[in-house]
Amino acid sequence: MADPIFRIRGLVKSYGDKRVLDGLSFDIERGECLIILGRSGSGKSVGLRQLNGLERPDQGQVMFDGVDIATLQERELYPLRRRVTMLFQSGALFDSMNVFDNVAFPLREHTDTSRDELTAKFAEKLSVVRLSGIEELMPSELSGGMKKRVALARALALDPEVVLFDEPTTGLDPITAATIGKLIGSTRDDLGMTCVVVTHDVALARAVGDRIGFLDAGRFRFLGTWREAAESSDSTLHCFLEGREEADAA
Amino acid sequence: MVDLFAAVFQQIGRVAILTWRSLIAVISPPYEIGQWVRQMELLGVRSLGVAAITTLFTGMVLALQTAFSLPELGVKYYIGTVVSKSLTRELGPVLVALVVGGRIGAGMTAELGTMKVTEQIDAMRAMAADPVKKLVAPKLAAALIMLPALTILGDALGILGGLLIAIYQLDLSMGLYTNDVLSALTLGDILNGIGKSFFFAYFIAIIGCFNGLEARGGADGVGRATTNTVVWASIMVLVSDFFLTKLFYIL
Repeated sequence: MADPIFRIRGLVKSYGDKRVLDGLSFDIERGECLIILGRSGSGKSVGLRQLNGLERPDQGQVMFDGVDIATLQERELYPLRRRVTMLFQSGALFDSMNVFDNVAFPLREHTDTSRDELTAKFAEKLSVVRLSGIEELMPSELSGGMKKRVALARALALDPEVVLFDEPTTGLDPITAATIGKLIGSTRDDLGMTCVVVTHDVALARAVGDRIGFLDAGRFRFLGTWREAAESSDSTLHCFLEGREEADAA
Repeated sequence: MVDLFAAVFQQIGRVAILTWRSLIAVISPPYEIGQWVRQMELLGVRSLGVAAITTLFTGMVLALQTAFSLPELGVKYYIGTVVSKSLTRELGPVLVALVVGGRIGAGMTAELGTMKVTEQIDAMRAMAADPVKKLVAPKLAAALIMLPALTILGDALGILGGLLIAIYQLDLSMGLYTNDVLSALTLGDILNGIGKSFFFAYFIAIIGCFNGLEARGGADGVGRATTNTVVWASIMVLVSDFFLTKLFYIL
């Protein structure tokens, strides 16, 4: 088996007295879709933000291709961030730019692409997320689902190796959420990328996840395949996956 | 008490780091010329009206007060001196900084604060772009260029305001007033005021951007950060004005 693309060891992160990550360790294999599940406040998003250095751990290692990125300075992280992009919970499109400029932003920033090439690349990325004819619209004119899709097109602009998804279906209706799930699945399958998805949407997790990690109190209570999850005797995991309170399980 | 001092010094240190990073970003290529021009339009051109009204009427009031408060001394024949010296050395840079600074500083905080709480700043970092280079540097550069420019314009309009009062209220001739202004006003007076406005522009831009980048907690947090900017920018303008006045007299 090839070396994992990410090797995370003993991550600890605290905010004041609250320890959000408490010795989190796991590997991410190349080309897999790892789902990180957990209740609100369990440290999912904080854990995800360690993977591209948006936040730094108090202790522990985040090894990407053999380099511990937790020790790098902001500018030293730039090469990594071209290879590991992120889709934010709100989409985080730039309000002051139209859709074209949003999607073109990383290309203009990191490549010498001509206007014609930008237009072609824009159309290509927008077709991946199944949109067209919206280049002149401002983010405020887009629906929640369209914002997420444009943000996904922007995240794919530099043809990354890894895409980090932070709550990609939060705030969307079930049909749009299912569409986003399909897009995540198809981008992974068609483009061969590694995906790490933080969510509490179990339906999305079942649709796209190869493995799931169930985060509880700052570390994985369970990490494995769906088959292993089904065979697990952990009642808390089963309650979460089935959307039941623990008391109901008794 | 120790914690308070530690927190204050920590904030000052962070502002100093932002200053250093911004200045490096301003002088090092590639230059975000498009952003600079856009910010100069937003910060400078759109502040023209408020700066013009403030300084024009200040010049008029200054002329009236000078003439009416000390009539027996015949001060009205020297209102050109009073108006031009007061405006160029003191009132022009300070009033423009307070009026325009409140507006542009609050705008910077609101924009960057909203970008911060909606994860747009993080998105920029996640795309390997430097928010200081892309967002702070153009604002700082635009403020450093446009505030002195508005101050020069304000000085001229204030002196014009004094002229209007001299002619239409005090029955002085245009020649008397302009001769008085030209004989009293030195290049040092003008440079003194413009020098101050550079420092004021720096304080306003750096406080506005710092508070925006540090905003937390949604709309409420952005609102608090914006208020802080108006308060602290005004305080810094007034306090630094005293020390800059002393400094420029020494120099």
